[in-house]
Amino acid sequence: MRMAKILEVREENPRIKTLILELGMKAVPGQFAMVWVPGMNEKPFSLSGCVEGKAWVTVAKVGAFSERLHQMKAGEQVGIRGPFGNGFKMKGEKVAVVGGGCGSAPLGFLVDELRKAGKKVDFVVGAKTKGELFFVERARNAGAEVVVCTDDGSDGRKGFTTDALAELLGKEKLDCVYTCGPEMMMKKVVGICGEKGVECQASLERFMKCGFGVCGQCAIDGMLVCRDGPVFDGKKIAKMKEFGSLRRDACGKEMRS
Amino acid sequence: MVELGVELAGVRLSKPLILASGIVGVSAATLKRAAKGGAGAVTMKSIGPEPRSGHPNPTVLEWECGLVNAVGLSNPGMEEGAKDLAAAVKMVKAPVIGSFFAKDVAGFGDVAAKLAEAKPAMLEANLSCPNTMRESGVPFAYEPEHAAEAVKAVKGRVSGIPLIAKLSPNTHLLKEVAKAVEAAGADVINMGNTLGPGMIINLEARKPVLANKAGGVSGPAIRPIAVRCVWDVYEAVKIPVIGTGGVCSGRDALEMMMAGATAVGIGSAVAGGGFKVFGKISKEMEEWMGKNGFSSAKELIGIAHR
Ligand SMILES: Cc1cc2nc3c(=O)[nH]c(=O)nc-3n(C[C@H](O)[C@H](O)[C@H](O)COP(=O)(O)OP(=O)(O)OC[C@H]3O[C@@H](n4cnc5c(N)ncnc54)[C@H](O)[C@@H]3O)c2cc1C
Ligand SMILES: Cc1cc2nc3c(=O)[nH]c(=O)nc-3n(C[C@H](O)[C@H](O)[C@H](O)COP(=O)(O)O)c2cc1C
Repeated sequence: MRMAKILEVREENPRIKTLILELGMKAVPGQFAMVWVPGMNEKPFSLSGCVEGKAWVTVAKVGAFSERLHQMKAGEQVGIRGPFGNGFKMKGEKVAVVGGGCGSAPLGFLVDELRKAGKKVDFVVGAKTKGELFFVERARNAGAEVVVCTDDGSDGRKGFTTDALAELLGKEKLDCVYTCGPEMMMKKVVGICGEKGVECQASLERFMKCGFGVCGQCAIDGMLVCRDGPVFDGKKIAKMKEFGSLRRDACGKEMRS
Repeated sequence: MVELGVELAGVRLSKPLILASGIVGVSAATLKRAAKGGAGAVTMKSIGPEPRSGHPNPTVLEWECGLVNAVGLSNPGMEEGAKDLAAAVKMVKAPVIGSFFAKDVAGFGDVAAKLAEAKPAMLEANLSCPNTMRESGVPFAYEPEHAAEAVKAVKGRVSGIPLIAKLSPNTHLLKEVAKAVEAAGADVINMGNTLGPGMIINLEARKPVLANKAGGVSGPAIRPIAVRCVWDVYEAVKIPVIGTGGVCSGRDALEMMMAGATAVGIGSAVAGGGFKVFGKISKEMEEWMGKNGFSSAKELIGIAHR
């Protein structure tokens, strides 16, 4: 466990903040870290950036722990274990990145790295409403073509990211599609890419404890999300029976969705 | 060719390596993967009478010589647990061991009876978890009478499924405890659980890192102690012993067997080696045995005592 000072807190939108930590580590987009608040808890968060001795985590306020992270100020410390897991693998030249809700956290980092490597990137990003979008400017500044989708039409096009992706794939041949977001969205993305024969990679979430493959809590179809993932190949995901249907809670009890 | 197969209380293991309880074994599918990776038998995560979410995180930490953990026996409770176990028994070709715990003697009988419905190859009474002392007092395995009572409670409710008593290195009465569980009817002893508990403090945070503050120590750090405990238990009882604690390589496993283990439990080594670690260890065992003129793993059991 390493303690890292918070250098800056950025408010991405009312529900989402990015903590920029003073922490040198080598990580690729899609890898995650366990973030510890001493005396409280420790939970997994994707790295939303990792450059020049700084690591970023972008946190949606959904419960007690994430709320505590939202209260933290520059100068305070959090503990970090990681980076853990396998990140996104760069494939081909023309790619699309599809993010929904707070799933865009690792994707801002991914778009940056893809652009640095000279790839042509379409970033399809969706949210319920305009105020819940984030990393749109970041992706534009990185040089990605951004397609915004909102459920209520308050920004960009009204409708789902998956429809925008299908349209894109109808127009041009892409080498790879990267996705992170609500599981049902990712399931559709995997399905669409499967039909079109386009390679796809998705970052999955399950309840995690150890983060490095011993406790087994984050298993999905016998794969450990922390160690075998969190980024999996679309073909592998398509075979997972639990994807989109079953997860385990902190007790290990199965919950169907 | 060298033969690695052994027998434990009438149950045949194709390899003398057992996935230890609490390591990746939360679902049938992960147990299946461990068996495919080369485990001769697999143990499910310990199940208790009621669902428990366990301690908050951090629950498992790596340090220079192993792990410390205070998962806190998170489990879905015996109703769900029996279903998971039944699924594992159906799905996994290797023998599946159903591990369980309770905070009182009657509870041990209840959970064992429930899990027995799933027809596992063996049951394992976890008498030794050091992580939940604050709620359940001292672990059963610290005192001969307490350990024997729990074993008797299980034996009174379940017959026809061999029972493993999982002991703790954290007692000065180890030989007495081993004799007591044997007399109470245990068919096998697993020696044993984590050492400690231990603690890791982060200097910058000025705080213990585990949410439970203290946690059981496992991995290479405890191997010499586990070997000595297996040695002592082998001398004290006639029933077979599973040697568990810090085994990472073929040489480590052979050492356990020479100390008296019929089979070897593997836990923390999965952190470094993944599911394939079982195959790696058995290959190393075969190589050493071949070079040193052993044709069967059985010949090694307790050889250091002779
Ligand atoms: C690999 C991975 C990467 C993640 N990346 C991000 C990210 O970049 N940004 C972000 O905002 N969130 C991310 N999450 C989810 C984040 O861990 C949860 O939102 C957070 O733990 C919620 O804690 P809480 O106390 O605020 O809410 P709670 O009220 O405790 O839980 C709300 C929901 O969060 C999820 N959750 C809670 N605890 C855990 C846990 N230990 N492991 C996994 N999920 C949990 C559950 O689905 C739960 O229903 C990621 C999760 C995983 C597994
Ligand atoms: C993360 C973790 C969880 C564990 N959970 C259990 C458990 O639920 N039941 C049990 O009997 N032992 C449990 N143990 C103990 C192991 O089964 C094993 O006895 C111990 O770790 C020593 O072996 P090792 O050094 O090979 O890990 C756990 C150990 C670890 C590291």
